[in-house]
Amino acid sequence: MNISFDDLHKAFENRVRLGIMSALAVNDSLNFTSLREFLEVTDGNLATHIKKLEQEGFVEVEKSFIDNKPNTSYTMTSEGKKAFNQHLKVLESIIKSQK
Amino acid sequence: MKKEQDYIQDIAEIRSMMERSSKFLSLSGWAGILAGIYALAGAWIAYSVLEFHPDAIFYSYPDLTNIILTATGVLFLSLMSALIDSRRKAKKQDKKAWNATSRRLLTSMAVPLLTGGILIMLIIPYGLLGLIAPLTLLFYGFALYNAGSYSIKEVRIMGFVQMILGLLNVAFISYGLLFWAIGFGLVHIVYGIYMYFRFER
Repeated sequence: MNISFDDLHKAFENRVRLGIMSALAVNDSLNFTSLREFLEVTDGNLATHIKKLEQEGFVEVEKSFIDNKPNTSYTMTSEGKKAFNQHLKVLESIIKSQK
Repeated sequence: MKKEQDYIQDIAEIRSMMERSSKFLSLSGWAGILAGIYALAGAWIAYSVLEFHPDAIFYSYPDLTNIILTATGVLFLSLMSALIDSRRKAKKQDKKAWNATSRRLLTSMAVPLLTGGILIMLIIPYGLLGLIAPLTLLFYGFALYNAGSYSIKEVRIMGFVQMILGLLNVAFISYGLLFWAIGFGLVHIVYGIYMYFRFER
């Protein structure tokens, strides 16, 4: 199999974005606060990276109100799932090929 | 350009994030051991002091108030210990005990537990006192089985054990409180010791 580093998606180069995708991969949906607590990053930092993933079409945003307070929750799109799984596969084969 | 080390680190982070965001790992062994001890003490009080010996499905007992108080006391002490110790453990790992995962863990347990609690309240007037112990074991087993999705797999195994004890309790109804004491007492203590040696030492 011919694997090159170019197969690694640019969107996943950043650790925060990789963390967001990992958390969303195992949760149906997560709100902003939960994500921030899991990742231990600042509001602004998290917002920037989510925006980027949203633009790629990997993450979907749903805004709603709970007890009159705005609540933003995030889910992974099927496209995001595909890209993330592909990324994992490439990571795996890179490590295997270098052993 | 990233190096091999970076990719290995990437995979480690992915794994850790998946686990952290989907499993509640702050459940403590000590809380399990304490809950077991409270349950054994409660069963002893019910049996020896209050002379509550439910040896048939239909069993009459003059005044259930003290039994209910004992059971509530055991439940309250166990929950308090679990809460305090989970918070302590989460703090030590520099995490919050109250997060998306623990909320889901608690909801998944609360639904079967409340249903079981209401069912037990409903059968008491019929005099089916012998079924109280097996029903608490069964519904607690359902709750743990559910909670297993959001915690380590041992929680789910403990759920199975409680369900089996509950069914055996119905089959051997004359043993009354014995199965209850094994389930809520012994099993909790064994689980607690296992957790302690596996994750906390």
